[in-house]
Amino acid sequence: MSAPRHHARLIALIALATLVFSPPLVLIFDRPPEAGASWLPLYLFVVWGLVIALGAWLMEHQREDG
Amino acid sequence: MRTDAVVLTVAFGYLALLFVIAAWGDRRAEQGRSIIGSPTVYALSIAVYCTAWTFYGSVGRAAEFGPSFLLIYLGPTLAMLMAPFMIRKMVRIASTQRITSIADFISARYGKSSSLGALVALIALIGITPYIALQLKAITLSHAVLVNYPEAAELRLAEESFWVDKSFWVALVLAVFIILFGTRHLDASERHEGMVAAIAFESLVKLVAFLTIGVFVVFVLFNGPVDLFSQVADSPQLVGALGLDAVPGGATGWVGTLVLAFLAFLTLPRQFQVLVVENVDERHLKRASWLFPLYLVAINLFVIPIAMAGLLLPIGNHDPDSFVLTLPLSAGLEGIPLLVFIGGLSAATGMVIVETIALSTMVSNQLIMPLLLRSKRLHLSSQGELAGWLLGIRRIAIVLILLLGYLYHALIGDSYSLVTIGLVSFAAAAQFAPAMLIGMYWRGATRVGASLGLIAGFLIWVYTLLLPGFAQSGWLDADFLTLGPWGIEWLRPYALFGLEGWDIYTHSLLWSLLANVGILVGVSLFTRQTPLEQTQAALFTNAMNPGLQHTPLWRGQTTCGELRSLLSRYLGAVATARILSDQGNGSLADADPAPPSLIARAEQALSGALGSASARVLINSVVRGEALDLESILSILDTTSQTLEYNRRLEQKSNELARIGEELRAANERLRELDRLKDEFVAMVSHELRTPLTSIRAFAEILRDGKDLPEEKRIHFLEVVVLESQRLSRLIEEILDLARLESGRLTLTPQKLDLVALARHSVDAVHRLQEDRGVTLVVDIDVDEAPVIGDPDRLEQVIINLLDNAGKFADDDDPRVRLHLAPHKRHFRLSVEDNGPGIAGDERERVFEKFHQIKRFSGNAGKAKGRPRGSGLGLPISRGIVSHLGGRLWVEDAPQLQGACLVMELPSAMDGREPGFVQKVGD
Repeated sequence: MSAPRHHARLIALIALATLVFSPPLVLIFDRPPEAGASWLPLYLFVVWGLVIALGAWLMEHQREDG
Repeated sequence: MRTDAVVLTVAFGYLALLFVIAAWGDRRAEQGRSIIGSPTVYALSIAVYCTAWTFYGSVGRAAEFGPSFLLIYLGPTLAMLMAPFMIRKMVRIASTQRITSIADFISARYGKSSSLGALVALIALIGITPYIALQLKAITLSHAVLVNYPEAAELRLAEESFWVDKSFWVALVLAVFIILFGTRHLDASERHEGMVAAIAFESLVKLVAFLTIGVFVVFVLFNGPVDLFSQVADSPQLVGALGLDAVPGGATGWVGTLVLAFLAFLTLPRQFQVLVVENVDERHLKRASWLFPLYLVAINLFVIPIAMAGLLLPIGNHDPDSFVLTLPLSAGLEGIPLLVFIGGLSAATGMVIVETIALSTMVSNQLIMPLLLRSKRLHLSSQGELAGWLLGIRRIAIVLILLLGYLYHALIGDSYSLVTIGLVSFAAAAQFAPAMLIGMYWRGATRVGASLGLIAGFLIWVYTLLLPGFAQSGWLDADFLTLGPWGIEWLRPYALFGLEGWDIYTHSLLWSLLANVGILVGVSLFTRQTPLEQTQAALFTNAMNPGLQHTPLWRGQTTCGELRSLLSRYLGAVATARILSDQGNGSLADADPAPPSLIARAEQALSGALGSASARVLINSVVRGEALDLESILSILDTTSQTLEYNRRLEQKSNELARIGEELRAANERLRELDRLKDEFVAMVSHELRTPLTSIRAFAEILRDGKDLPEEKRIHFLEVVVLESQRLSRLIEEILDLARLESGRLTLTPQKLDLVALARHSVDAVHRLQEDRGVTLVVDIDVDEAPVIGDPDRLEQVIINLLDNAGKFADDDDPRVRLHLAPHKRHFRLSVEDNGPGIAGDERERVFEKFHQIKRFSGNAGKAKGRPRGSGLGLPISRGIVSHLGGRLWVEDAPQLQGACLVMELPSAMDGREPGFVQKVGD
């Protein structure tokens, strides 16, 4: 993978992470189910895990000198 | 088992283990077999971010404020994602400049300013000491909970003497640890191997401890997460506890805390220490950028279940901050609480160790050294070796910082919950972010701007967070909070300028960063940088530029002897010998002038030990003339960027050259082909001319010699001679036409004419001939009249030529040709198609080239058997004529007969307009 391409992907991931951790999307998931607590923590953990997985994939597939 | 003696033995036993690990790490490093040169250890050492505040406080915060505790860890996750851009640059800068702390970093960026460095160190000291106090408080508190359970463990610090307080002794042990392993080298920019190993180990211990209690709560106290959360769903008072409603400040507070955690992660002195100063290899960032966030996920996984369990189960009226201890205690267990206590101890001690090292380096290098250099320079210089002095200063600073932390904890700690102090410290550290981050990317940021911005941000932080904290502790009148100072309502510290309804941290962060960034940028735009500042700014902002490394930047003059004595005075004889011998150009006599690279090395070495500001003062004291060659470094910077630009342009040029070369080669190829075709053409023309000439000559000779030929034979021979002469002159006429066309001397007499009549006339002319050849000719004319401007003779020549060609190339067995005339927009199109094999796409333009066509004609000569060959000049001549008349001639697929179709298009002259005008309108 070329370095500029890799950088572009990384920047896209940062933008995505910022987006999913910020209010408009967070508010959407801040809804309690029929009975019980809000989905928000579950959403945060799932998204968090996905972001880290994507990040790990990007970083480990980078060229050595990139 | 929970007796004081056991708990204390385990606690101090754990601390002893840390000593062993650190000593082992240092020994391995000395043997050159470092145990910490791995990205995993690096990631674990960054996990010093998770302090006792995480360990105990997260559960408390989750119980009280819902998921907002996660923001403290989402911010660093974002920061670590940006590591390849931002932290990598910080690491690069720190390693080239031998940066020792964040205060040194900011000071070096703004022209190695000692005043700015001192300011940062001072702010850090004021802002972070409470955080150290918080860790000590956590140790005291957890110990009290462990020993006193089931009694409530309210702090009784005020009643206790300090020697009864365990955290006092822990602080003392830590001081010894830090002095032993944190001040081994004088060079603070070198990695503290043993300490980092111990920190990484502590990160593992706290993770294991927290996961153990988490698994215990979820799977032993409850039957798994499903059971736990169904019980949560059944208790009405907990339903709202996990939503955004529980987060202070709602959505605004959410964003504010996220930003706060993001900035603090980069600017907290201990984070800067492990992230940047202790980094040995910037490639480690790659692994750490996802491994550390993963660690954060793991350590936070059970926070919410534990908080919910603590709220659900009847464990007495205990502080949520202690749920991790009280939950297993309430179940009657002994071992797990002890493990949890050790986990909390490891979280607290890890933080205290790194933070104290970072702060003590700052205090000694940025606060005390510059003062000593200024006031007691002569006195200091008269001493033999100052290396011991420097370490002494740092060690005293360590003890003082820890005592200060303890004092704060003993005096004010009672009134604060764990979380409050943590975020207050975060907000203080965040004030460094503008000077650091903007300085890394904007060359124009000046020292004055950065200093004023920092002061403004710090003052607002004091006013909106620190003073209200004092007020809540009862040190200030509580009216200060509710009514504002002197009753001025818009100055209320938690609602500055009437901004109400925000949580206090977001509120403080907004105002302080607004002032900080605003003043930094605004003042920078109106102040000038000194030359040194310009250089440093350029070096920082262009840190990733590969041309900048290892460039000697010194020009001033000094002797090796003077440098040697300066270095040995401050760094000791051993280090001096190493620096001078690394030079590689043999032993230098004391009287020799020092080469620029040696001066640079000397300054770097001094920077690593004393900080960049003091190092510059010292180097300037022995180097005569302008020590740092500012002009040359700026020119290096400019040349590097120029060289890059030149390279880019050269590359462009060479690409262009390659392209042009390719074009030239193609053109040459084409020319050779044309030349070959020309030769063929000449041969062909000669042949064509010779054939009729030969027969004319032969018959003429027969007529001359054969006096007794019968009359009818004589007439027949004469006819042949006449026919061949006609053919010959037609051929010559064509060649002449072509020559005229090509030289532009073809004379046409354009006049208005009817293309329909002309087409019919042409068809009549060739009708007989085509019939003789067996060609079926279909004529399709869609219009009654087709007025065009043209030369009738020439146009007729074109049409006849098209029909003739079509007849030749039509199918051998059932040749068919169709002429079609139709209007098209403001033009008329006359097309002639045949049912022959057609013309391939790439051949379509080439049939209009005379040379090429000859080849094609000769190639197809065998196929068009029984029908005469043409000279092959018809199509080029036709195209020349048509374009002279403002029309076009091209080949396309035959719409009906499946062969080739030649289309001639001429502009319409419907209203008797001039041809030129018609053409213009037609376009």
